[in-house]
Parts: sequence; C-alpha cells; structure tokens
Amino acid sequence: MTDMSNMEPTKPERSQWVDVWDQFKHHKGALLGGIIFIVIVVGVFLGPLVWPYDAQFIDIRARNQGPSWAHPFGTDQLGRDTLARMMAGGQTSIAVGLTAMLLALGLGSLVGITAGFFKRLDGPLMRITDLFLALPILPLLLVMMLLFREPLSGAVGPERGIFILIVVAIGVTSWMPTARIVRGDVLALKEREFILAARSIGTSNTNMIKRHILPNVLSPIMVSATLGIANAIITESALSFLGLGFPPDFPTWGRLLNDATQYLQDYPERVFWPGLAISLTVLSVNYLGDGLRDALDPRIRGR
Amino acid sequence: MLTFTIRRLILAIPTLLFISLVIFLLLELAPGDPMAQVPLTVPPEVKEKMRLALGLGEPGYIRFWKWLVQFFWIEPQVLIDHYFGTTFSEGKLRVISWQHRAPVMDVVVQRLPQTLWVVGMSYVVGVLIALPIGIYSAYRQYSMFDQAGTFITMIGYSIPPFFTGPLVIVIFSVQLGWFPFIYDTTHVVNDWDSFIYQLRQMIMPVMVLALQTTAQISRYMRASMLDNLNQDYVRTARAKGLSERVVVLVHVLRNSMIPVVTVIALGLPAIFGGAIITEQVFSVNGIGAQLIGAIQANDLPTVQTLTFMFAFLIVFFNLIADVLYGILDPRIRYD
Repeated sequence: MTDMSNMEPTKPERSQWVDVWDQFKHHKGALLGGIIFIVIVVGVFLGPLVWPYDAQFIDIRARNQGPSWAHPFGTDQLGRDTLARMMAGGQTSIAVGLTAMLLALGLGSLVGITAGFFKRLDGPLMRITDLFLALPILPLLLVMMLLFREPLSGAVGPERGIFILIVVAIGVTSWMPTARIVRGDVLALKEREFILAARSIGTSNTNMIKRHILPNVLSPIMVSATLGIANAIITESALSFLGLGFPPDFPTWGRLLNDATQYLQDYPERVFWPGLAISLTVLSVNYLGDGLRDALDPRIRGR
Repeated sequence: MLTFTIRRLILAIPTLLFISLVIFLLLELAPGDPMAQVPLTVPPEVKEKMRLALGLGEPGYIRFWKWLVQFFWIEPQVLIDHYFGTTFSEGKLRVISWQHRAPVMDVVVQRLPQTLWVVGMSYVVGVLIALPIGIYSAYRQYSMFDQAGTFITMIGYSIPPFFTGPLVIVIFSVQLGWFPFIYDTTHVVNDWDSFIYQLRQMIMPVMVLALQTTAQISRYMRASMLDNLNQDYVRTARAKGLSERVVVLVHVLRNSMIPVVTVIALGLPAIFGGAIITEQVFSVNGIGAQLIGAIQANDLPTVQTLTFMFAFLIVFFNLIADVLYGILDPRIRYD
C-alpha cells in the first residue's frame, strides 16, 4: 500500500498566476519595465518625504543653477528645486494616468461585455463606439479643457477641478479600443462549451458574467490597462504642454516640459528631465504590457 | 463593391452630422461668454447689439442649422466660384471668425499649405523609412536588426513629440547650429538657395513627426510580413526555383501590403492631430496653430469649423481604408 501513495502527484498544485509569473519572468524587457515603473512610482510618492526641499519653495538667490549636490537636477528661474518639482509633477501625472485608465477601462469593459453578451444591444453599442472612434480626440480635449475649466475650478477648487476634468475627459475619449477587444473576446467565449454547460444548469446572466465571462476576458483588459496608463500620461502631458492643463504653479511633467522650452536657448538641459521621466514611464509601461500579453496568453505560455 | 462604397458613403453622412452636433453642443453648453473681453464701460444695449451682430441672438437649433448650411452649402459654392469665376455665393453669409473678422475658410486656406507641407512630407518620409525596416526585420526575425528595430519602434511609440521636438532643437539648433528652430512661414522658394533653406527648416519637424509614423507602420509591416512568410504559396514559389528576392519582394510583399495600406490610410488623420503639438514646438503657422490660437481667443466659429474638419478627415480616411481593403483583397467581399 505504501507504493500506492508514491503514485500520488508529488508536485504541489500550481495556480494560474504562478504560470503567468513564470512566463512573465522570461520576458526580460517586461521585467525591467515593471521594475522601472515601480521605482518611478515609489520614488515619486515617497521621495518628497525624504527630500528636504518643497516643490513650491522659492529661493530667488539660488535661481537658474546647474546640477550640484544640493540640487542634483538644478533649479528653475525662481530657484525652485527641480528634483522636488519633478517628484510633485510625477505624482500628478501618474495619478492622472492611473485614474483615467481605470475610468476608461471600466467604461470599455462595461460596453464591451454588454455588447458581446446581449445580442440585442450589440448593434447600437458598437455604432456608438464607432462614432466615438471618429471623433477628433485631441482637438475635442482642447475644447473641453477650454470650456469647462473655469466653472469646475470655481465649483471644487482649481487643482481638484482640473484633475477631475482631465481624468473624465481622457477617460471618456479613450475607452473604445478596450470595448472592441473585450466584445470580440466575449463573442468568441459565448460559443464555447463551458458557457453552454453553465447555461444548462440554469446560471443567471449576472452570475454568468461574473463567474465565467469576466475571469476569461481579464487578460485583454489587463493588457489594455497598461496601454491605457501610457496613453493617459501622454495625453495629460500634451494638454499641459499646450498650456491647457493644470494651472502654471502646479507642476506636472508636461507643464515642467512646457516651462523648460521657454528657456530653451539659455538652459537647454532643463528640457531633459521631465521629458525623460515621461518617456521612461511610458516606455516601461509599454514593455510591461508587452510582457503581460505574452504571459497571459496560454498558447504562448511554456515555450 | 460599388454598392458597398455607396452604402458606406451614405452611412458617413449621419456620422458626420452626429459629430458636428456633438461639437456644437459642447460649445453651446459651455458657460464661456464671448462678450467677456468687452470693456465694462460699454453699455448693455450696445453689448446686446454686438451679440446680435455675432449671430448669437437666435436659439441654438437655428444657429446649428445655419452653420450646417454655411459649411456644406455655401463654402463649396465659394470654392467653385474661386476656380471657375462664377458668382453662386455672392451676397451669402459665410462662417465668419470672431477673431479675424474674416471668413474662417479663407484663414484655413492660408494656413493649410504649411501644415500639408510639413505633415504630408513627414508622413511620406515616415512610410518610406518604415516599409524597408518592417520587411527586413520580418525576413530576419529575431536577428540583431530585428531586436534593434523593435526597440527603436518601442521608443518611437513612447517618446511623445513634445519631448523629441525640444530634444532635436537642443541638439541640432542650439548645440550644433545646423538648422533654424523657428519655421519661417513667410519664406518664398524662388531659387536654389531659398529651396535649400526651406529644406533645412523642414528637416526637424519632419523628423519628429516621421519618427512616430515609422514606429507604427514598421510594426504593422513586420507583423503582416511574418503572417505571409509561413504561407504555403511562399514554399511553392521557392520550390519553383524563384530567386529569394522575387519571392520576398514580389510574392510576399504584395500580399503583406494589403493590411498595411489600410493602416497607412487610417493613420493619416491622427498625424494631423499630432501636428497640433509639433506645430506648437516649431512655431509652424499651420491649422494646428490656428486651432490653438482660436481656442485661446474664444473664437467659437473657428474652433467649431476646424474641429469638424479634423473629424471629417477621420471619417473620410476610414472610408478610403475600408474601400481600399475591398479593392486590394479579392477575398473580401462586402456584399
């Protein structure tokens, strides 16, 4: 009888996420991207606790300095420490990116799952998606920023008002790709046997979506989440760069870049840091998404 | 095919109407007052007259209808008059910019060549660079060239034009002094030297915009080539003893170009959007700069018209891409 117990599987059961992690580890770029992204997020949110200078602190005698030990990234035209401003700006940029991504993802998944699951709603919802895809996003965003910034600033305060405005504007104009991908996946899933089996034991629509559809479309949603962060950060920076984002004294990476371009002739190196921060964040998030796509695809996994 | 094209054309009309309505309502619901800039010393009844003179007296739906008539009916007449010397549009009201006190389309026509030169040239350059890169990196998949190409396209995706713009200005204008960093739109090309100057001032904006185009299109080209390289007909072509060059550049390339051509058509309007930023960086006096200027001056008719023109471009190129796809690929039949 002791022989029989040896026949039992010796390996512990592996969950799906362990497999995903194993595959993800093999994608060097994605791993590096993930690490860089985490470092940037941690640095930006915890850095100000350690760094002695405040982003708004004006020291007019120390203005326009180059890099030194006291100010590793130099100071701006009012003597504010660039590193502190980069951290403060990064908090806003990343917060905008994450929130706008969540909003777009929520909208996109909702529309995608509804359109894919309920046949009657498919036509109208997809027509709406097409209409939204035909909108000129950047001009519309600029117009929205112009028109709604004053009343919202008056209602909930300048910074919070513009934060809400930017997040809503980006979220409302970038959910369409997610909706399309999710809809396609849901349509394919609906033809599978396990859905038929679940249907035959009398699963209700709500439970069907919660238990069987949603877990299976999680991977495209996660991939478009990473792309969504990158897209939102770039859009916010573009708006700030065009002078239609956050107010001038409120740093974001795009705003800092815009301020730096005005001193391009005298202090060209100032452009470098905010631009590098934006590019590095977006690049790392894109690589992260690339790796996630490979890791979450069971057909590629194990190769 | 013809019925499909006609059906798509008819479908485009409600799309465009919907978009113009969205833009109009957005501007309508906005609480901004175009009279806000007028001094407080102006008496209210004069202000009311100024408001009427700007066409703000009527209710919204009448103004929307007027704008539609002006844009779709009167402006084409003006264009016909301009080319054939007829007088269809005489005495009819056009869309007037509040900022310039001139018809919006006249300003657009002045600005458009700058945008088209820079944007169009950058798109052509970007596509011309992207295609060989895509072809070669698919042919030598996972080679050094392919890895480097993937990395560079990833960078092209990730670095926004408002960073590459200042970056190339710092490198090539401030440090090296090779190119002027402000685009001189009044420059007239009439001899060799002025042509060289035009070329020099165009290089940087074109480079910045082309990087984005290249990144996207070379990705698609590579993926499309990879799809086709493993097909049976490629093996047949090789078995027939055709040279590798003919196999790749004739058999595979022609089939791989089908999706790429549609992607090229689809990407064109997005480039106009990107040009808004690039024009701002290099002070190019194009329609992107006009839009920004109009937004800052609260010039609603110009904003409405320009935004709608961007939307029109998107819908138009979507249509072209769809039709092209059907024409190029005989397997696709829309009927």
